[in-house]
Amino acid sequence: MAMLELNNVRKIFNPGTINEKTALEGVSLSLEEGDFVTVIGGNGAGKSTMLNAIAGVWPIDEGSIRIDGEAITGIPEYRRARYLGRVFQDPNTGTAADMQIDENLALAARRGQKRTLRWGITRKEKESYRELLATLDLGLEDRMTAKVGLLSGGQRQALTLLMASLQQPKLLLLDEHTAALDPRTAKKVLEITNRIVTEQNLTALMITHNMKDAIRTGNRLVMMHEGQIIYDVRGEEKEHLQVSDLMKKFEQASGGEFANDRMMLS
Amino acid sequence: MTFPALNPAALLNALPGNIAQGLVWGIMAVGLYMTFRLLHFSDLTVDGSFATGGATAVMLIISGVPSPLALLAAFGAGLLAGLVTGLLHTALGIPDILSGILTQIALYSVNLRIMGARANQAVSVDKYFLVISLRKINRSLLTGALIVLAICVVLYWFFGTELGSSIRATGSNPSMAKAQGININTAKVLTLMLSNGIVAMAGGLLAQYQGFSDVNMGRGAIVIGLAAIIIGETLGEAIFGRHLNFFGRLIFVALGGVIYYIVVGLVLWLKMPSNDLKLFTAMIVAAFLAIPNLREKARNSYGKAAKKGGAGNGDAGAK
Repeated sequence: MAMLELNNVRKIFNPGTINEKTALEGVSLSLEEGDFVTVIGGNGAGKSTMLNAIAGVWPIDEGSIRIDGEAITGIPEYRRARYLGRVFQDPNTGTAADMQIDENLALAARRGQKRTLRWGITRKEKESYRELLATLDLGLEDRMTAKVGLLSGGQRQALTLLMASLQQPKLLLLDEHTAALDPRTAKKVLEITNRIVTEQNLTALMITHNMKDAIRTGNRLVMMHEGQIIYDVRGEEKEHLQVSDLMKKFEQASGGEFANDRMMLS
Repeated sequence: MTFPALNPAALLNALPGNIAQGLVWGIMAVGLYMTFRLLHFSDLTVDGSFATGGATAVMLIISGVPSPLALLAAFGAGLLAGLVTGLLHTALGIPDILSGILTQIALYSVNLRIMGARANQAVSVDKYFLVISLRKINRSLLTGALIVLAICVVLYWFFGTELGSSIRATGSNPSMAKAQGININTAKVLTLMLSNGIVAMAGGLLAQYQGFSDVNMGRGAIVIGLAAIIIGETLGEAIFGRHLNFFGRLIFVALGGVIYYIVVGLVLWLKMPSNDLKLFTAMIVAAFLAIPNLREKARNSYGKAAKKGGAGNGDAGAK
């Protein structure tokens, strides 16, 4: 059974106004368990909109979404969280700055569970977090009681990744999570991402603007354009993909307006 | 200029009363702290719910309910007031400050109704057992301090639990909270309820302390509460710095209320016009709220940047 199933999902923003925009135009996508899919496409192609539709940031207008066979179309964002690990583009979005590193992890460890009047973090948990943080090799294991607001963007993204994968999610959503980082930090965070996804055999969707990363990472690649998936390639075919192939594909789809787009970067 | 009428003994005599009153307002400030600092929600409901607590407690006591129970009922009335503000904000999408103002205004009528259409109601310590009273100052000081301690212990525990942590996460970063499966609307409503419950209980205590409830007794409560929070935090951070934990912070917020009323006592003793008290309070709170921003601006100003960079010489600052 598919781990994620999008069936003809449509979303229109600001319907009936001059700002009306069809953001998703009947997107269908099916992910098998363990699929690690990179998503590319120009600005406004609908990549983030697709991830937000899955996460339930707002209700979709048409179509249906299933995770591991369960229909989640009518379920609000906070209740979908039990299935999803999420890392955002802005490193500030994924963590609570006023809370300690270990407290953030403890919050994530209880994703999808009822929050009771039991103590928010146990001693045993703290030990396991120390080991877990040590795997990041960022020295965070010695700063467990530091407020997350004191961390750098890269450290916060790495922590968010840990939090997203702490309760093994059915689907990991990575919304350009390396885009706000400097190249070296971005590389490190991508390495951590690869390690976590491989180790836990996670199913993941990763948006990126970096075409090389998109080709090198994961086992499958989809390209979006104007709210639709226009290209879906996997396995061996993907391994042999070149950046030039993607550029050609994109030019075909967009009718040669490629030169203006941010996808030109790398 | 001399002050022949200034008698040091008068100041000293007024001190216990000021401290007791400060303790009551300290409890109110601890309640306000939950919304103001943890939830980042400026809740103006408190001006109304404080008086609601006073009205509820007094009316129940004079109808024969034991005063500790009446205090509990005041807490319950506060929960309801917070629930209304919470629903106005979350279910109906009304901005935070407006939700609070709407409830506050509505409560004015509600409070008059509770008090049988009268603007104030007396409760005499000669006729009833009261939890605290200015006529029994020593016992009141002890009781007040114990209640403060108990509330701080309970809140310290509560905000350390899974549920309390989810409230702190909601206040710190709503997007993160949602992504971690926290229903932020529930968290907000719950915090507003608890906060107003404590505020109303403080109102119930003040009414007993002064021997009457008044429909206007909560006017400006939020400003006094903020003053207590700011005084307490500033003092706590000055003494303990980064070692000030959450429990210490709550205690210092309550102490802030005490210090505020000691200063008020001093101001009145100096024969300054008491009508200007609220003006002074507002000015002090405004100043303290402004200080962090002004400091940031001073560190990070265009004027300073221009001076450092020289008159249009791009290289001047580069060495």
